[in-house]
Amino acid sequence: MQEQLTEGQVLKIMEKYDNDAQQLIAVLLDIQAASGANYVDERWSALTARVLNVPLSKIYDILTFYAMFSSTPRGEYVIEICKSTPCHFTKAEEVVGWFEQVLGIQMGGTTLDKKFTLSRTCCVGACDVGPVAKIGDEVYGDLTLEKVSTLVRSYREGLPSFREALACQN
Amino acid sequence: MSKLTQVVSKGAGQINPVNIDEYLAIGGYDGLKKACGMKPLEVIEEVKKAQLLGRGGAAYPAGKKWEHLFHIPETPKYIVCNADEGEPGTFKDRLLMSKLPFKLIEGMTIAGYVFGAKAGYIYVRGEYRKIQRTLQEAIMLAKGAGLLGKNILGRGFDYDIHIISGAGAYVCGENSALLNSTEGKVGRPRIKPPHLAEVGLFLQPTLVNNVESLCSVPDIVIGGGDAFKALGMPDSGGTKLVCLSGHVNHRTVAELPLGKATLREIIYDAEMGGGIPGGKRLKFFHLGGQSGPIGGPDLLDTVYSHKELSKAGLSVGSGAVVVMNEDVGVIDYLLGVTEFFLHESCGKCVPCREGNKQIYKILKKLAQPGAAVPADLVLLRRLVTTMISASFCGLGQSAAVALNTAWKHFKEEFEANVDKSNSGAAAAA
Repeated sequence: MQEQLTEGQVLKIMEKYDNDAQQLIAVLLDIQAASGANYVDERWSALTARVLNVPLSKIYDILTFYAMFSSTPRGEYVIEICKSTPCHFTKAEEVVGWFEQVLGIQMGGTTLDKKFTLSRTCCVGACDVGPVAKIGDEVYGDLTLEKVSTLVRSYREGLPSFREALACQN
Repeated sequence: MSKLTQVVSKGAGQINPVNIDEYLAIGGYDGLKKACGMKPLEVIEEVKKAQLLGRGGAAYPAGKKWEHLFHIPETPKYIVCNADEGEPGTFKDRLLMSKLPFKLIEGMTIAGYVFGAKAGYIYVRGEYRKIQRTLQEAIMLAKGAGLLGKNILGRGFDYDIHIISGAGAYVCGENSALLNSTEGKVGRPRIKPPHLAEVGLFLQPTLVNNVESLCSVPDIVIGGGDAFKALGMPDSGGTKLVCLSGHVNHRTVAELPLGKATLREIIYDAEMGGGIPGGKRLKFFHLGGQSGPIGGPDLLDTVYSHKELSKAGLSVGSGAVVVMNEDVGVIDYLLGVTEFFLHESCGKCVPCREGNKQIYKILKKLAQPGAAVPADLVLLRRLVTTMISASFCGLGQSAAVALNTAWKHFKEEFEANVDKSNSGAAAAA
């Protein structure tokens, strides 16, 4: 399950970037990745503002401007389905249906075990294998119902070799 | 004879991307070695001769940009690579960075040498996390080999490259927004002038070039600007990486000499797009990303070069070629495009923020039988004109280009659902 991020860990992330306010986006991305629930908690926004000496409003400016950030908890894995036209017209909506079916949730929802959140995204630059889904740092293309259920199982049961075989190589 | 070529993408997929010896074995770093033996202005002269038009989408002559920056006296100068490849249908920079990271680093190092810069930044979109790691690894290897960092090639020239991650914002592909984001701020565009060559990153003179443009620089230096230009057309030199996606049999990146193939060949030739699956007919193609123009089958014989496409009301843009078959409705497609801009508009200026919203509303009406009235089409035209002429940055100015060009080719689809009996002026409500 989710591990709780500690104040010490957040301070360490900032230290890694020399407590440099110019690295704010990188700091927040790292905090989000380490949160276990793909979000930046209010507490960590406030701490970051204090340590990097920037107004809290600037942190919220960034968290709300950039699509990759969330200030509310999401699943451990966010499954993002590309909705841009090259994917949309190569059956991305069918892919949404498959994920909904396999996960038992609606688009935008999070599974009860807090493992997965299903969302949409704009182009991830993998139109050569559309329709695609991005999960964490990995992109999966040419999706079929079978691939979708294999993927979900491999993430749920922690079988990295399965998903590595399915991931795009670049 | 094959129309395809491998110049800028030479070695991509054939060598181990993070093995510097393999890159050296295919002539890697010959460009930097040669450039370091030349005077900076001589290098710029070659880039000018090459007629390299910016490969990110705006097609601004790279040589002109380089010359402008060179003559600005303030230092330090910065080199920034725009690797925020976010135009839907574009994935060529992904190929270059994941398969040939050293080539980009070499191109940026040549630029560093020319401008006496101490630091360069590669702004990579947040979605390309794996590529950021590949580039980071390549940077470490280049430093280990004395090709980056302190005393490059033993010539007393110091230059370092840093990776900056985006976090999901299409507007950061706009160069001034990209610089704001690199400084750790939100990526809203800046007002111009001043030009970024004068007031750029950290308010210092800055060069911002696309990945493919910078990857072309080693080839320009090695073979000379004239030879590079001769690969393509006199007005637009060299080659272009074209990204085929949508309803084509081969969805892929193909490197083509500019001006040597037609759109028909790109979409239908067996070694390129390979035609449309299921033997379906072409409805239209969308060039250069969501911000680019749409063209119909009557334009298939247009030659793929900046000048010829422009004469036909089209453009190269980022190099995207999204192909749509006969089953796709133009209004449906434009709804997808507009939804994208609605989401990606930064909200700074009214024409873009509100214009996309209103266009989306009207397109929704046009998608339903009888829901729209003639006045909606008039309003749609006015919105397009307002956005093109009054938006703050390139995003808003180009957001309606697809709609505007589709209007020319598929006017009947816009009119199909309009209730002509209702000439009410209150239509826009």
